[in-house]
Amino acid sequence: MSRQLYWEDVKEGNEVTPLAKVATSQTLVKWAGASGDFNPLHYEEAFAKASGVDRPVIPGALKRQWLIQLMTDWMGGEGTLKKFSCRYRAVDYPRLMRTMTEPQEGETWWCKGKVTKKYLLDGECHIDCNIWVENGKGELTTTGKATVTLPSKS
Amino acid sequence: MLSEEITKLIGQTYDTSIFEVEKESIRRFADAVGDANPLYWDAEYAKKSRYGSIIAPPGFISSLWFWGRPAKQSKPGPASATSGLFSLIDNLSRAGYRYTLDSGIDYEFFHPVRAGDTIKSVSVIKDLIERGGKEGKAVFLVTETTYTNQNNEIVAIARATYIQH
Repeated sequence: MSRQLYWEDVKEGNEVTPLAKVATSQTLVKWAGASGDFNPLHYEEAFAKASGVDRPVIPGALKRQWLIQLMTDWMGGEGTLKKFSCRYRAVDYPRLMRTMTEPQEGETWWCKGKVTKKYLLDGECHIDCNIWVENGKGELTTTGKATVTLPSKS
Repeated sequence: MLSEEITKLIGQTYDTSIFEVEKESIRRFADAVGDANPLYWDAEYAKKSRYGSIIAPPGFISSLWFWGRPAKQSKPGPASATSGLFSLIDNLSRAGYRYTLDSGIDYEFFHPVRAGDTIKSVSVIKDLIERGGKEGKAVFLVTETTYTNQNNEIVAIARATYIQH
């Protein structure tokens, strides 16, 4: 956990501290078990191909959760995530495993964001952000928006 | 054209399920995401936080539908196995739409979800739209799920869009 972010620290146009993520085939198995989503699109190659992609894809909901972490890491323990939305724009393929625990070399995804609006509402300090997931080629495969409230120093 | 059997589902509640939030399921969820925030697994840290106990990450509630039990339980399996949504998806499969693609989600969060909470989720089909496109026809399915805790507080509302193709 990083230090606490305060309302006074944030300006419109500021960057949200980026978060790097790697998803592997193993991550997808863990995610299926933890989330309970057993759509074969995320683990069965033949099914994935028949549905129009090359191989099992990273679940949108996992990318959603990465973006939620982007916001909760940034806002700190005293911040509150009020609203969050995202759209899955393009598919992402997980890295395969090199050993039982280590992934092969490959793509790293970056979760990023930018502050679009800072305002007071109902006595609370609100921050709106645009957020997105960038794949290894710099393409935005998931985009969204988030609103957090932050503590004030005063 | 979608059959009347399918379109009559718009506005219907397709699932009501109940989930007891356990700290171990929160920990496993956070581990799968790779989110090391101690609020989700470190009881001592969480106790000293403003929440006073372990909380679930925002978004955790979406796994409740998959893992929760149906309000009217007939089998030990999760609510999703007997949910009206899966019978709708089966119906759409028979109509030629075999694959489900998660398209996006909108959340509003009102209260934290804590380990030990009992969360009830009620899901409604808001819309079903059949559209033709260059890459073939698809059905857009919009759902709205309201999550309520044991104190009758609405903790979150989620609106999700799925594409059946």
